[in-house]
Amino acid sequence: MEVLQLLLSGLSQGCVYGLIALGFVMVYKATEMLNFAQGELMMVGAFVAFTLVNLIGLPFVFGVPLTLAAMVAFGMGLERGVLRPMIGEPPFAVLMLTIGLGFVLRAIAGAIWGNEPQTLDVPFAGDVLNFGRVVLGVENLVVIGGTAALCLALWLFFRYFRIGIAMQAASQNQLAAYYSGVPVKRITSLVWGISAAISATAGMLVAPIALIDPNMGLVGIKAFAAAIVGGFGSLPGAIVGGLVIGVAEQFAGRYLPPGAGEVSGFAILLIMLFVRPQGIFPSLQQKKV
Amino acid sequence: MRFVLTTRYGQDVDVFRHNGERFWYALLGVAVLVAPWVVSPYNVGELSLVFIWAIAGIGLMLLVGYTGLVSLGHAAFFAIGAYSHAVLLGYGVPYVVSVPVAVLLTAGVGALVGIPALRMTGVYLAVATLAFERIVAFAIEHSDPVTGGLRGMAVEQPSFFGVSIVDEQFFYYLCLAVLALGLLGARNLLRSPTGRAFVAVRDSEISAESMGVHLARTKTTAFAVSAAFTGLAGTLFAHKAGYLAPDAFTIQTSITLLLLVVVGGLGSLHGVVFGAIFVGYLPQALAIARDVLPGAVGQIPGLELGVFGAILVLFLVFEPLGIYGRWLKIRAWFDQFPLYRKATHKRQKSYLRTERVH
Repeated sequence: MEVLQLLLSGLSQGCVYGLIALGFVMVYKATEMLNFAQGELMMVGAFVAFTLVNLIGLPFVFGVPLTLAAMVAFGMGLERGVLRPMIGEPPFAVLMLTIGLGFVLRAIAGAIWGNEPQTLDVPFAGDVLNFGRVVLGVENLVVIGGTAALCLALWLFFRYFRIGIAMQAASQNQLAAYYSGVPVKRITSLVWGISAAISATAGMLVAPIALIDPNMGLVGIKAFAAAIVGGFGSLPGAIVGGLVIGVAEQFAGRYLPPGAGEVSGFAILLIMLFVRPQGIFPSLQQKKV
Repeated sequence: MRFVLTTRYGQDVDVFRHNGERFWYALLGVAVLVAPWVVSPYNVGELSLVFIWAIAGIGLMLLVGYTGLVSLGHAAFFAIGAYSHAVLLGYGVPYVVSVPVAVLLTAGVGALVGIPALRMTGVYLAVATLAFERIVAFAIEHSDPVTGGLRGMAVEQPSFFGVSIVDEQFFYYLCLAVLALGLLGARNLLRSPTGRAFVAVRDSEISAESMGVHLARTKTTAFAVSAAFTGLAGTLFAHKAGYLAPDAFTIQTSITLLLLVVVGGLGSLHGVVFGAIFVGYLPQALAIARDVLPGAVGQIPGLELGVFGAILVLFLVFEPLGIYGRWLKIRAWFDQFPLYRKATHKRQKSYLRTERVH
């Protein structure tokens, strides 16, 4: 039954990668900016939730929506203040900018909340469910369930809401969307806001399993691998890529020499780039003249 | 303002455009040659480290600034150069053989990375090189018998004509010589058809290809040359550090190198030197700033990295051409005084330049 447990913890870890990758892909689709600070947004989200729930003492059910709202505002502010001047600059410049931004966010978080790992108080911490010989942690199930719910909400948003459709239009062709009356700048801000909120969700989901500290955003690197394995620019692909890497890590960590779990995600990425560079769900093609 | 009257074809390809430049570079040359006798031994060591950074920076500049390929994995080339050199020295290979072998090995690995890079642009390349760096670090950590694993390995310090390589002044001149040759080599490479092809690929792959530039060969060459320079810097770093451990070659090293090329000024070899001075002396400036700042601010953990990041962000937003770009503007101001117009250097705003189709 060990296999089943590894699979479950792999899936829940994969969901976290997948959620960060989702935020990353959304920003990329809408603005063609690569946000290397996505993992740091997750970290900030987790700390905001920590402040609201642990320090101020709000109930968890109020803390979650407040965190999400705060992170939407934070993401939009970030876009308006730092990223908007970069529109039209080469992608490399934006990539460097977000790397720098990640360092800044990490230092600021360290200054505010300190570098000691913290735990988020959640109502379901430490609970387990017994199914015969299989013991399932409730935290893991919450991560998987939370991810599924968020994906459903996003799907509905992009499918049925006017503003969701406008976002799709802006991501397909900015100029054409602009001509058709889509407020591209405002949409871009909102995409950043939503992407920050998705990352914050990942942060809140992972907080009961892992600890919150300013360096937790480093898992963002694996999320990029997940995004590419899934097929860059595909939203379901981001989740699937995350799951693949999460599960592979758990199994490699268990059955291969020590340290292999850490790099297995990167190994999968490189193999994928050689074998099928367009990813599991191809969605982008290179521009040809 | 100076206008150079071209009277010979040779003038078009001269390294220095006019006698004024020759004079200033000669003065700079004299200054760096006498420096070890003037500055303190500590600063001699720091300057050699700056030179090592600059050599590695040439490599990354050729790739990022001139060919337009992003690499987040240059720490790996740095590590491969340093480790292979140290291992070869450990087996008793003489220094003059070990360095070229280590550099060629790094170049070979660089070319191997460059081959899949052909199919990737932008994000793919950035993440793939990042993955490559992690895997190289994993390999180094887990090859105990050769590299000492996490414990690290000591580097043999050879002597030349009775002078040990750890001698500050000797090492300074060694680094200086390698940097000078490296800069000259890079400058000449950039004037050759290969270098022109790099720039063409950077500006537009499609137009470069239609002008007859072999895309695969150019990109692979760029990676190999870039890796070679970084590996060469690695061989020097091995002696500077004296002891190699995996934690000296992390993603942070890669990012410091990127900071170097961005802050110095993308697309200029001058920028490499400016950037290296910046990267080399920033930690000390921060250490001084920590003492001056009020207690609470100075004691923030991770302040260095935060300041690194903040400087990077500020440069990208306000001066994307880096220190060298700023210098060009200052020079233009003096050249054209009192007629300088700010609009000359105004950045053009444009819509998203998309690289994809739906």
